[in-house]
Amino acid sequence: MKLSKKEVEHVALLARLALSEEEKERFRAQLNSVLEYAEIINQLDTEKVAPTYHVLPIQNVERPDKEHETLPLEETLQNAPQRDGNYFRVPRII
Amino acid sequence: MEIYDLTAHELAEYIQKGELSAEEVTRAVFSRIQEVEEDVQAYVTLTEEKAYAQARHVDEQRRAGKKLGPLAGIPVGIKDNMCTKGIRTTCSSRILENFVPPYNATVVEKLEAAGAVMTGKLNMDEFAMGSSTENSAFFPTRNPWDLNCVPGGSSGGPAAAVAAGEAVYALGSDTGGSIRQPASLCGIVGMKPTYGLVSRYGLVAFASSLDQIGPFTKDVRDCALVLNLIAGHDPMDSTSAPNPVPDYTSFLTGDIKGVKIGVPREFFGEGLDPRVAETVRNAIDKLADLGAIVEECSFPYAEYALPVYYIIAPAEASSNLARYDGVCYGYRAVPEKGEKYDIIEMYMKTRSEGFGAEVKRRIMLGTYALSSGYYDAYYLKALKVRTLIKDDFARLFENYDVLVSPTSPTPAFRLGEKAGDPLTMYLSDIYTIPVNLAGIPALSVPCGFVDGLPVGLHLMGPAFGEGIILKVAYAYEQNTSYHRARPPLQGREKVKASGKTSGGR
Repeated sequence: MKLSKKEVEHVALLARLALSEEEKERFRAQLNSVLEYAEIINQLDTEKVAPTYHVLPIQNVERPDKEHETLPLEETLQNAPQRDGNYFRVPRII
Repeated sequence: MEIYDLTAHELAEYIQKGELSAEEVTRAVFSRIQEVEEDVQAYVTLTEEKAYAQARHVDEQRRAGKKLGPLAGIPVGIKDNMCTKGIRTTCSSRILENFVPPYNATVVEKLEAAGAVMTGKLNMDEFAMGSSTENSAFFPTRNPWDLNCVPGGSSGGPAAAVAAGEAVYALGSDTGGSIRQPASLCGIVGMKPTYGLVSRYGLVAFASSLDQIGPFTKDVRDCALVLNLIAGHDPMDSTSAPNPVPDYTSFLTGDIKGVKIGVPREFFGEGLDPRVAETVRNAIDKLADLGAIVEECSFPYAEYALPVYYIIAPAEASSNLARYDGVCYGYRAVPEKGEKYDIIEMYMKTRSEGFGAEVKRRIMLGTYALSSGYYDAYYLKALKVRTLIKDDFARLFENYDVLVSPTSPTPAFRLGEKAGDPLTMYLSDIYTIPVNLAGIPALSVPCGFVDGLPVGLHLMGPAFGEGIILKVAYAYEQNTSYHRARPPLQGREKVKASGKTSGGR
């Protein structure tokens, strides 16, 4: 097994997911089987191969720096789970 | 044939001649929805009122003597991951269950400007992660050809709706096969255009370097017409290609004499249902009969595409889905009764309650592949193999105009059959995934049946080679009758009245 329970817990914290004990065990087994399957790519020699992050040869897309309309404030806030005036309200941070 | 069985170009002709009104067409589609939706369950949200308003507007324009666009007045369904202003857009996820976008996706703007009639928002695997639509947080969609089977996924709603006559055409998205595989399993035409041909602005992101919007239609001409409508550069999407867009219907000549077609032998190997293999081989023979030059070829990196995809796509997803934090929109979990939570606890509770199992699994996988110590071994390695796959396609397209394969290794499978084992489910996209990694276009066209279930022929072309794919697909379709087959779906009321069974083979 590549992935230990401790690593599953660490990754879950990085991903901001609270997992139940049952989920931790299930994901550990399932992720291990996917990762084992993915091992076959290590058979390939890629030392001189450049990575493809993106398939199109476009870079540094620019546009004129002109004013344009933005979403009205009310529409921007319409989906807020909790709002306070013109702010998104969140639980205590510090 | 009923009105809801007709293609968009047939209906458009009736509307333009004044033989049918857009309102009549819309009524026919909504009464079909009334009849079969209980069984198929393709829609998350219906937009009936808006549809009739749009249809009446088209009818008024026609009466006023205005020239109508080629798809004006035709009912279209939209996969529920494309933003529709004022209409909830859920991605079939609890976390976006009540999200109402304040803007339209570019493709939706384009449809509206062209006089499209929007029937509603269609079901999908949550965040487009899946191959069966069983990962919808709301309900699974069923295959109109056999209600015990899945419609494929992730765009199962769009595919099932078009096949069942609950929409004349639909838009879906394809990250690893999510248009082509369900189109194949539901017996219709589905295309993933070249990466960058269609704007992704307003498409809820899954894996940004792979996602692309495309059409589900009843035939190849409709596919070309829809592509005409949605293709083109968009300043709102920085990955949108500035290439000029041809009239795709100009490729529908029916003549494929001398077109060079490669058949990669790796796409006919282990895991392929022999009956599907035979059906696809027959279709390839048909292409040769029509004058195409067919040759076997080799795509040596084929077997590496799936593992590469299941590193890159979850990695990009884990980053994209970080935005669902319960702050600006979407679901936010409430603290346990009598307790308080801080912001980190709020994030964790929100995401754990809001995401389903497959989404969590992929976020975990992607987070792991990007985490320190594993980035080079998994993510960077996968990106390098992606280059090999892309170059392999480029090499093949020096010799061939089009490559062909099955779209999916099996016909539609039964609900629940693969739900317990993620890896088995992932294998159903084995022929479609390489295309997304290379960014090239591909299309699935109906090419026969196995036990009454549709089989699709997968045509792949070079980047921006939609024209040649459409040309070959059209020639094939015009010389076969599979695209005219409709599922034997009656709806429960009619079944009761006639005493017959519905949804069988």
